[in-house]
Amino acid sequence: MIGLWLDEIQVGQVVELGTHHFTREAIIAFAKQYDPQPFHLSDEGGREGPFGVLSASGWHTGAAWMKCYVATNQAAEAKFRAGGREPAMIGPSPGFTNLRWLKPVTPGDTISYRSTVTGTRELNSRPGWGLVFSMNEGFNQKGELVFSFEGKVLTPKRP
Amino acid sequence: MTSDLLHYEDFPEGLVIPLGSHHLSKDEVIAFAKEWDPQPFHLDEAEAERSVLGGLAASGWQTSAILIKLSVEGYANRSAAMASNSMEEGRWLKPVYAGETLTGRATVLSRRVSSKRPEMGILKMKFELFNAEGELKAELTGVQFMKVRHP
Repeated sequence: MIGLWLDEIQVGQVVELGTHHFTREAIIAFAKQYDPQPFHLSDEGGREGPFGVLSASGWHTGAAWMKCYVATNQAAEAKFRAGGREPAMIGPSPGFTNLRWLKPVTPGDTISYRSTVTGTRELNSRPGWGLVFSMNEGFNQKGELVFSFEGKVLTPKRP
Repeated sequence: MTSDLLHYEDFPEGLVIPLGSHHLSKDEVIAFAKEWDPQPFHLDEAEAERSVLGGLAASGWQTSAILIKLSVEGYANRSAAMASNSMEEGRWLKPVYAGETLTGRATVLSRRVSSKRPEMGILKMKFELFNAEGELKAELTGVQFMKVRHP
């Protein structure tokens, strides 16, 4: 995470991941490909749907978290390299728990994402690697929590 | 809502719903990764082979989204589904490689009618994604709200 090796990551550390803006076109395009339910596909479908308004697929909100997370990590890694230091590159994730969509994300919303480290653990099954656990949140422009999940990601130990 | 849509009553506990298939092309893996998850093991075959994934593999968010697409096409869009507010667990068990054909399955784990909103049923669903060899690749467990036909 942000170029840090497993042993450098502190529980409680907060990483601001930046923002993602959701346009009507992008909401509909994502939904057409991966979540073609009527309330994600048109204003009319949204009006008749559970939220009374066109809303983004929850997986679109999740993918946008990932985009912000990767961009933040890659910027930090580049900074390390520019300073002559080898960054730790995060590995894949085995999954998540308690993914919640607390409020609909609608056209014009800008979501700010944040990740807070909740724990780290070495992996006996995979020498040289550990897991970093995090609480991840997304807030809309009104400051309302709209999205959260507990994540985990493979992270290398310093060689 | 027309009555020929599937409702809460049509989803008894234990019901297994076979979902369709999705062929995951290399182009689709790379296109998704470019937009949402541009890590080397989702973008570049040579880098991916050297990585812990051992080959060009889909982002877990893409794998999840494919499973959702299969569930939407497989039953949700023939039902009075009312979206979901949570997934209590997502497990990306094995890498999903470019070129694999994936098949989904949904299971009703349990169900109840909302006490606050008697017109709304709450299904606890498990969604599983298998490759052509029958290996379980990914699993989502979570909530699906479904209208009750006769509240």
